[in-house]
Amino acid sequence: MQYIETILPSLLAGVLVTLKVFVLTIIGALPLGILAGLGLKSEFKIIRWLLNGYVWLMRGTPLLLQLIFVFYGLPLINITFDRLDAALFAFILNYAAYFAEIFRGGFQAIPIGQYEAAKVLRLTPWQTQRKIILPQVIKNVIPPVGNEVINLIKDSSLVYVIGIGDLLRAGNIDAARDVTLVPYILVGVIYLLLTAVTTIGLRRLEKYYNYYR
Amino acid sequence: MIELKNIKKSFNGRPILDDINLTINDGEILAIVGPSGAGKTTLLRALAGLGDIDSGEILLDGKPFDPRSSDLKNNVIGVVFQDYNLFPNLTVWENVTLAPKMVLKMTKTALENEIKPILTHLKLAGKEGLYPFELSGGMKQRVAIARALAMKPSVLAYDEPTSALDPSMRTEVSNLLLDLKKDGVTQIVVTHDIELADKIADKIFRVNAIS
Repeated sequence: MQYIETILPSLLAGVLVTLKVFVLTIIGALPLGILAGLGLKSEFKIIRWLLNGYVWLMRGTPLLLQLIFVFYGLPLINITFDRLDAALFAFILNYAAYFAEIFRGGFQAIPIGQYEAAKVLRLTPWQTQRKIILPQVIKNVIPPVGNEVINLIKDSSLVYVIGIGDLLRAGNIDAARDVTLVPYILVGVIYLLLTAVTTIGLRRLEKYYNYYR
Repeated sequence: MIELKNIKKSFNGRPILDDINLTINDGEILAIVGPSGAGKTTLLRALAGLGDIDSGEILLDGKPFDPRSSDLKNNVIGVVFQDYNLFPNLTVWENVTLAPKMVLKMTKTALENEIKPILTHLKLAGKEGLYPFELSGGMKQRVAIARALAMKPSVLAYDEPTSALDPSMRTEVSNLLLDLKKDGVTQIVVTHDIELADKIADKIFRVNAIS
């Protein structure tokens, strides 16, 4: 117990970094994903083609590779990021691709009649999206987006490879120094707590959106 | 008064509307009847600006207008869709007031003064806070009518107003339309229900399937 108390501060510092990567990735990737999702059903072929290429690239290669590529690869052609920026750049681009596919499906599930009703009421396309389409899409995509959000909590540990001091790294350092399993177990418990809290939050959100069907 | 002149439309070379000429006078109910696939809905969609025509002209009080233009002065046709297309995420009140607020820029007081009576008239008073999923089919239809009327259209057009309802509701629908007629609302009813058309229409226009 005393040992746990001694390593807890370093683990909590790691949690903060993990949460930072998590929150900033969500903030960046969600809006980008919505826009890309809209773009995937654009009437312009070139936009669809580019976005499909982007989604393919991001979903078709390991996030770990993308992370390494951004932080260790890009400096070779004189594009350098500091560690956190590199992590966020890779994570946001990667997660936005997954969100884009989810939102594309969400937009496609809205019946055409909703757009037509808005049109005969003379609402502009922007008003239609904001007041009618997006609120319905958001309700529909909460479960799949929630899946990705839970994944992201765990994926955030990949920043380990570019030397960011997240939760996993903090635990690993403690375990190596003190030759004990305890830090790993604690790290696991903390991840479980984080996903539990997120799951409850997502359930609440789903429930909130149940005010209509 | 709305006039349609020489309206033509074909899909993949197959004529759907073949030289339609038609006049709707103010305060009249015009029924457009015909078998499925004869172009009734195509005609209604063209009037509502949801589909285009190949040739012909639509006149409002003698002046040409383009239902597809987003210009507000072309806000002529209100549409009550077959399955109503209410916005499920909005309450009855929000469904009806969204466009008057955002498009006509009506103030809160104006909304209260002008929209409330429409709802009361359509027996929707007290239902303002309900969501569409909480309404019966007939109520949904009346909300759809209120939503269209709130935009002060010159003409109210219905696509198959009885088809999504229980047959026992037919009398209710025809009474409702005749009621609105008394208020001076000009109405176009697209229907395959000849009996309904006979009962309510001042004029019946038949579109025939072109073979």
